Order: sequence, then structure tokens, then C-alpha cells
Amino acid sequence: MFDSLAEKLQATLADVRGRGTLTEDDVNAAIREIRLALLEADVNFKVVKSFTNAVKERALGADIIGQLNPGQQVIKIVSDQLTELMGGAARELSFSPRPPTVVVMAGLQGSGKTTATGKLARYLREQYGSSVAVAACDVYRPAAVEQLVKVGAQAGADVYEQGTERNPVEIAKWARERAVAEGKDVLIVDTSGRLHVDQELMAELAQIKNAIKPHDVLLVVDAMTGQDAVNVAEQFASVVDFDGVVMTKLDGDARGGAALSVKAITGKPILFASTGEKLDQFERFHPDRMAQRILGMGDVMTLIEKAEASYDQEQSAELERKIRKQEFGLDDFLDQMRQVRRLGPLQSLIGMLPGVGKELKGVKVDEREFDRLQAIILSMTPQERRHPELIKGSRRLRIARGSGTNVQAVKALIKQFDQVRKVMRQVSQGRMPDLGALMRQAR
Amino acid sequence: MGRFRRLRESLRKTRQALQSEIQATLFEELNDETWERLEEALIYADVGARTTAQVVEQLEREVTENGLSGGQALSDRLVELLTEIADVGENRIELLAKPTVILVAGVNGTGKTTTIGKLAWHLSRELDRSVVLAAGDTFRAAAVEQLELWAGRAGVGFVKGQPQADPGSVAYDAVSVARRDGADVVIIDTAGRLHTQDDLMAELAKVRRVISKQIPDAPHETLLTIDATTGQNGLRQAQLFSEFVAVTGLVLTKLDGTAKGGIALAIAHELGIPVKLIGVGEQLEDLRPFDAGEFARALIT
Repeated sequence: MFDSLAEKLQATLADVRGRGTLTEDDVNAAIREIRLALLEADVNFKVVKSFTNAVKERALGADIIGQLNPGQQVIKIVSDQLTELMGGAARELSFSPRPPTVVVMAGLQGSGKTTATGKLARYLREQYGSSVAVAACDVYRPAAVEQLVKVGAQAGADVYEQGTERNPVEIAKWARERAVAEGKDVLIVDTSGRLHVDQELMAELAQIKNAIKPHDVLLVVDAMTGQDAVNVAEQFASVVDFDGVVMTKLDGDARGGAALSVKAITGKPILFASTGEKLDQFERFHPDRMAQRILGMGDVMTLIEKAEASYDQEQSAELERKIRKQEFGLDDFLDQMRQVRRLGPLQSLIGMLPGVGKELKGVKVDEREFDRLQAIILSMTPQERRHPELIKGSRRLRIARGSGTNVQAVKALIKQFDQVRKVMRQVSQGRMPDLGALMRQAR
Repeated sequence: MGRFRRLRESLRKTRQALQSEIQATLFEELNDETWERLEEALIYADVGARTTAQVVEQLEREVTENGLSGGQALSDRLVELLTEIADVGENRIELLAKPTVILVAGVNGTGKTTTIGKLAWHLSRELDRSVVLAAGDTFRAAAVEQLELWAGRAGVGFVKGQPQADPGSVAYDAVSVARRDGADVVIIDTAGRLHTQDDLMAELAKVRRVISKQIPDAPHETLLTIDATTGQNGLRQAQLFSEFVAVTGLVLTKLDGTAKGGIALAIAHELGIPVKLIGVGEQLEDLRPFDAGEFARALIT
């Protein structure tokens, strides 16, 4: 997400960071670069203008406080301003004290509403254990109902549908009544994609809102949207006064300036980020962290949260014990790799690490490499897995044959494992390993 | 946030004023502000900073060097420059080969299936060609059903595989069916994919290879759908899809909103890929051939 913008700002400010003083020319040069980077990132040009003006004002008039040199000061100002623009802390849906909480999903065609509906349903089930129903109110796009039926089932939500013959407003009303009757915690209403200038369909959306009084209306916005994002957001805001935004397709390489524009223009918070095709690739949007990320400080918190969600506490305690007692073996190593894999594709995880994003961008992570490592480890005896130092000549050859690899690969794996073990010992003794160096070695 | 509230109001004015402003701007005294406003107008149409800078520089140069002056002359010349950029390569779709194989690819939600449905309808109902549609999107839930409904509407042939089937095998079957039945055109739908997903892009390249093995010249046309609301990322999309499947033309969809689709100009300028079709609405007749001049005028009016 926003990788290129982070890179550009980093490049621009690298000079400033290297020096102790800051002239007006410095500020102007930085501003020019920031302006271009933001425009290339599809931030609306008016938003860019007011953003860079604000940064300039603050950069020129700023007192040099405490430990920060002027260069760091600019980074901080850009960061603060960006955070302010993105809108403070992360926000959640407003749950109704009297269930069901009703959420309406709206947006342009192809922005990803139906997928986001399924993802949100799954997210609410996973995070809050909510019982969720989804309502199929897209009666226009061919096979949209069928799509929601499939996605809803995958998400573990009940799908309320009445085909495509009835009026969507009627279907929404019916779905709400049914959600009440069936005691659902949440009802998510999928609506058809519509153009913000299509008066008839926009009026229909307003009717749906009036008819079922949702607690939240969410606008689904494609992260690749260009300058037009502000028109779309403004129109939807004026017709249905939506409450929050879901940004989709953030797993691509779009810089996502639309997120900044929409927030600046409508003042509505971005609640969720959709980051892949799979239903679990959906998370809370963290504006403050996103601003940090834009500045190249990495989205460490998101990574940590993801790890927490899919990592078993008990396993982790056991692992810690093993590391302390230095019993960490290749079985545990394999286990670790499987854990990491559960977090998502390695490629997307690397993007979240601070300080390595730029260097490793473009480095393709070969997911098959993992399968090879697994085959090698599974070709070892339990004894060998606990004590890899036993693996010499003939054992090595046997393992290589058994795993369909070669002796070099077995050697390399054991060397890599030794390094991991060393790092783990450091961590357990309270020293932070150099992640960047570790990644370079892995390469 | 006071700054942004003001901004919100100024934007509303901007949109209304911008179009007339471009025209007005060029009729005023020409100074830095004029050029800046012109730049903003093009940026606002998603033309992108690089292409915008070049166009405006060119116009500025012509004013100083060739003594180009007068609002109308400037405005006409601007449209001309934009038209020249937009008008690259062959912008028609040849239907000489029998069957002509058309592969359609693009990012999720850009309108591939809808485009194919409309294209099939035109070919079948207006040009009287026999058409076979191939449901190569075996990934997205209900994508096959969506295309099948379109095939029914257009009254054309339809080939699908098992759910989650290899899209290459669906393409293979469709081309075989078309050859057996002597169909004129085969249009192959593919699953939406982000250009950054290497495995999915490799899968797409494989679909193309499967087609080429059956008919060496095929696919005769590889169309990339680009959503007109797309910003600068569209350039990356076009670049990467071209690397994997040699895109021969764009379909610029969803031009019926307020988006101008200026990214197509940047794509034409930097990658030399022409727009072949545009989508301007939900109706069948809203899929149209691309006209560079009309597009250029629309960008700034």
C-alpha cells in the first residue's frame, strides 16, 4: 500500500535528513517533490495544494524543538499533517445497542461491494462472534445475487435473497424484518453499483436508507481511483450522507491517494482496508499508522496484530520455553514457517516491515522455496530434526535424495536454521535483531 | 480541519468553473497562472503529471516561438495536441481471420464481462457474425453465470468449464468449438486480476499461449479494460498486462460518470497502446468505437 509514495517522500527527504539546517529553498524543493509525488499518487490536486501549503507554513514557521534537527522536523510536520488529514485514530462500526446493527454498502460499479460485504461479514464473525446476515439488493447486475449467495456462504453468513424481480427497497425492508425475527447481530445490505450522477439510482439508494434506517452506510472506494474520487465521495455524501469508507484493492501497487482525497473532502473516516481476493484479507484501517507508513516507517502494528490473530498463545509459550532452553529444533522451525505462512503471502508481509520495504521491493519471494524447505525437513529423522549438527555426509545425501533436492540445498537450510537459532537466542536475551540484515541474508 | 472545510467549498466551485475556465483562461492574458491552471485542468482529468507537463510546455513553446495567439487558436491547438497523442496505432478491431480470437483481460471490477456481453451483442445482432463466448473467469463467484446471461441476451454460443477449471482449457475448448462450427469470432473472458499478482499474470500468459498453439496468429486482439475513474495506476496496469499478454488495445469503460479517463491519454503517450472501444453507459448501444478528437475535446470541456 502506498509503497511508491513512501519511496518518493523518502528520496526527497533523504537529503534534508542528512543535513542539520533547513533553508527556504530546501523547503520549497521538498514541497515540489511532495506535490509531484502526491499528484502521481492520485491525491486530488486541490487537496495537494492545501496540504503542501500547510506543510510549508508549518515548516517555515516552526520552532526547532528538543532533539529534532530541522530535517527531522520537516518529516514530523509532513507526518503530523498527513495523520491529521487521514483522520486520527482507527474507528470501528457503530454497533447498535439494540441488534441487529444494520450496515448498507454503497459505491460505484466494480468498486468491490459484494466482495467487501462478504469480507465484512466474516470479519465481524471472527472479531466479535457476531451472527451475521447479508441481504442481496443488487437486482441489476446479472448474477450479482448468485455471487453474494456464494460469498456469503463462504463467510459463514446467512444470505437473504429474493431473486431479482422485487424492488431493492422492498427487499431491504424484508431483510431487515427477517434479521430482527431471526435475532441476527448484524445485517449487511449489499446494493447494486451505481454512478454518482445517476439520479434515479441515487434516489433509490436514499430510499433504501430511509426505509431501513441503517446504523452505518459505508461507501466502498477502489484504491486505484483517480481525481474523480472527490466527485464520487461528494455526491454519495450529499445523497446518503454515508458514515465511513471501505478502501478496496489496496493489495495492488496503487498509491491510494484517493484515500486522502475522500477523507479531506468529506471528512468521513476510512474504516476498513481490503487487501486481497481472499475473504480474510480485510482489516481495520489505521489512519495514524498509514501516515507513518507513507513516510516509510512501516506498518509494524498491522503486522503484529495479524500475527496475534493467527498465532496460538500456548504454542507461543511453548516456543519461548524451547528457545530459552535452547531446544529449538528443525521441527519448530518448520512450525514457525507454517505460522508465518498463515499470515498471508510472504510478498505482502515484507511490505509491512519497516526499513526493508524499499530494498526488498521487487524481490520476488518464491513461495515454492517453502515447499522445498518443508520437504527437506520432513525427510529427516526426528533425532536429526532435534540435533541438526548430526547431519553430515551420508545423512545429508540421504535427506537430499529423500526430498528430491541436492546436498547444497540441505547444507543451506541447516546454515539458515543456525542463523535463525542465533537470532532467537538474541531476542530471548532481550536484544533486537537487525531485521534488515536478516532479510539480506535470507536473500 | 478548517482548511479542509474551505477546500470542500472551493472544490465545488472548481468543478463547475474548471471547464469553462480552461476556455476562458486561454482567452485571457497568458502568464504563469494561466499555464498552471491549464495544468491543473489536465491533472484533474487524470492525464498525469508527466504527460500534462509535456503538453503544456509544447503549447507554451508554440506561443512564444510561432506567435500562436488568440483564445480560439490556442484552444484549437490544445485539442489538436491532445488528439495527436490519443491517436496512436490501429484503433479498429479487424475481423478478417476466421475465427477472430479476442482475449479480454483487466483488473477486477473494470467491466470485462459487461464489455464482452455488449461486444457480442453488436457483433451478432448488428454485424451478423456468429460469436462464441468463453467463460474463462473460473475464479469469481457467479462470473460464469453473469457471462451466460449475456450470451443468452446476445443469442451467441457459450462455452464454459467446470468450476475452478483451468482457464486455459476453457479457452482451448472455445476455440475448438468455434473452428468446428465455423464461428466468426471467439471472445474469451478472463478473471479480473491485479497486475501485481505474478502467479495470476502467468496464468493469463498461459491462456494466451494455449490460444496461440491452436491458431498461430491468435489472439488477433488482446483488449485491456481500463476503468475511466482509474488514476495513475492505470499506467502500471497497461504496462504489466502488456508485458504478459501483449495488449493491442484498450477498452475505456465507465465514461458515463464525471471521470474523463485521461489516464488513457497517458497510456497512449507513454506506451503507444490505442483505445479501441469506449463504454458510456449501461445500455447495449453504449459500447462505442473510440474517436480521438472527440475524446480530446471532452478532456478539456
